[in-house]
Amino acid sequence: MKIFDILGPIMVGPSSSHTAGAAKIGYITRTLLGEKPVNARIGLCGSFAATGKGHGTDKAVIAGLLGMKPDDMRIPESFAVAEKEKLSFSFESVRLPEAHPNTVVLDVTGDAGREIAVQASSLGGGRIMIEKLDGTEVHCMGDCPTLIICNQDSPGVVSEVTSILSGINVNIAALRLHRDKRGGSAVMVIETDQPVGKESISMLEQLEGINRVIYVNGEVE
Amino acid sequence: MSYNSLEEIVLRCEHEKIPFWKAVLYSDIEDRDITDEMSFNSMKIMWRAMRGAGADYDENLRSPSGLSGGMGGQMQKYAERGGTLSGERMSRVIAQALQMGESNACMRRIVAAPTAGACGVLPAVLIPLEREEGISEDKILEALYTSAGIGQVIASRAFISGAAGGCQAEIGSASAMAAGALVSVRGGEPEQIVSAAAMALKNLLGLVCDPVAGLVEVPCIKRNVIGAVNAMSCADMALAGIESRIPADQVIDAMREVGKSMHVSLKETGEGGLAGTPEGKRIWKRLQ
Repeated sequence: MKIFDILGPIMVGPSSSHTAGAAKIGYITRTLLGEKPVNARIGLCGSFAATGKGHGTDKAVIAGLLGMKPDDMRIPESFAVAEKEKLSFSFESVRLPEAHPNTVVLDVTGDAGREIAVQASSLGGGRIMIEKLDGTEVHCMGDCPTLIICNQDSPGVVSEVTSILSGINVNIAALRLHRDKRGGSAVMVIETDQPVGKESISMLEQLEGINRVIYVNGEVE
Repeated sequence: MSYNSLEEIVLRCEHEKIPFWKAVLYSDIEDRDITDEMSFNSMKIMWRAMRGAGADYDENLRSPSGLSGGMGGQMQKYAERGGTLSGERMSRVIAQALQMGESNACMRRIVAAPTAGACGVLPAVLIPLEREEGISEDKILEALYTSAGIGQVIASRAFISGAAGGCQAEIGSASAMAAGALVSVRGGEPEQIVSAAAMALKNLLGLVCDPVAGLVEVPCIKRNVIGAVNAMSCADMALAGIESRIPADQVIDAMREVGKSMHVSLKETGEGGLAGTPEGKRIWKRLQ
């Protein structure tokens, strides 16, 4: 653990896992959506379902979806802000026996009609893990610059992506590949040491076989 | 590189003739590939947020459950009247610990150190000291590096979450960090810093995590007080030259063993201990 995992995060209480982590999950979900959320169906699992209300987990998730970071003093009033921002939402308890005890599942629709499904867990100390995006395992923490690239599963796509990154001097810290079936749709999760600029992201978007590029800049706190 | 033992930090201090805090600063700049200045700026942001959280306390606030709020104000007024049993300084430490714990429960902004539940311990000892003795901000930042180094070793050898190791891992760790920070403020030697941390953790070994209704309120807020008061006395012992008979790293390992053998009902599940008392269960039922 780094020293600012020991001192920090700066956050609205009362719980780093149930409040700060929950806000971060909402915030990253908004980034993944890439639009202003207008509707959210949220399922709380395990300990989130059991003690979430007392910890403000529900308010924190909504706050994050509204673009508030874990230290935003408006978190306790996020439901009122949601009404103003025209974000409608519902909560339910769901059971996912295989999932981490602090897990949220979100189905979110944006103002331009895009829909995403996210499963994320709060690991403690405000650290989180995006487990699944639209049903595909991604396992990224969002605490460093991260590219999530949805592409066709075909030869050469990975090398084209990595050569663009090396061309702009971005070092890859971790690279994971997931696909639903051979030749089907695939996801590349690339964590980098340096931030990736807008221009490079649009270069990646224009590559053949790439359906979508999502960028999380790793600066949630 | 981050450290796996406090002994490793002390040895580096000896070899490179540097104070404890600097060894921790170096590990941060090596870890993150940044400059001294960037690291110091991050620490300054943490400290100012801590101080800001202290100033932000509102005794009229109540937590969403209705269980907490106002105690920090009561304690402060009592302390201001004078003649407290534990003296002026300690009364302020107690008030500050309560206030920070209550602010956390009331969904105000705090700094997790190392966790949100234990966020009152470090500021409770540092804020009154800074105010009363006019200690420079740099000295406080050095103390925070010292505390972070201690916390980092505890996290790497054992744990810092109640769910993993009970309250000893949260308030115990925070207390060890605060004890080391206080010795650092007074200019103590690395061995004294480590002794203070060891003694503080020893005194809270075995403390269970038994939050009523699973909330970070009862008994968490008042346990911030014991963490802070314990840090003050252990720092004074270390500065008097008293050592821990069991080396600090072995104390941390003992904390891990105790935490592992602790029953799951006593590790943040809200089932055992105070949470399992008739009153604890009654509160839980009322909040359902």
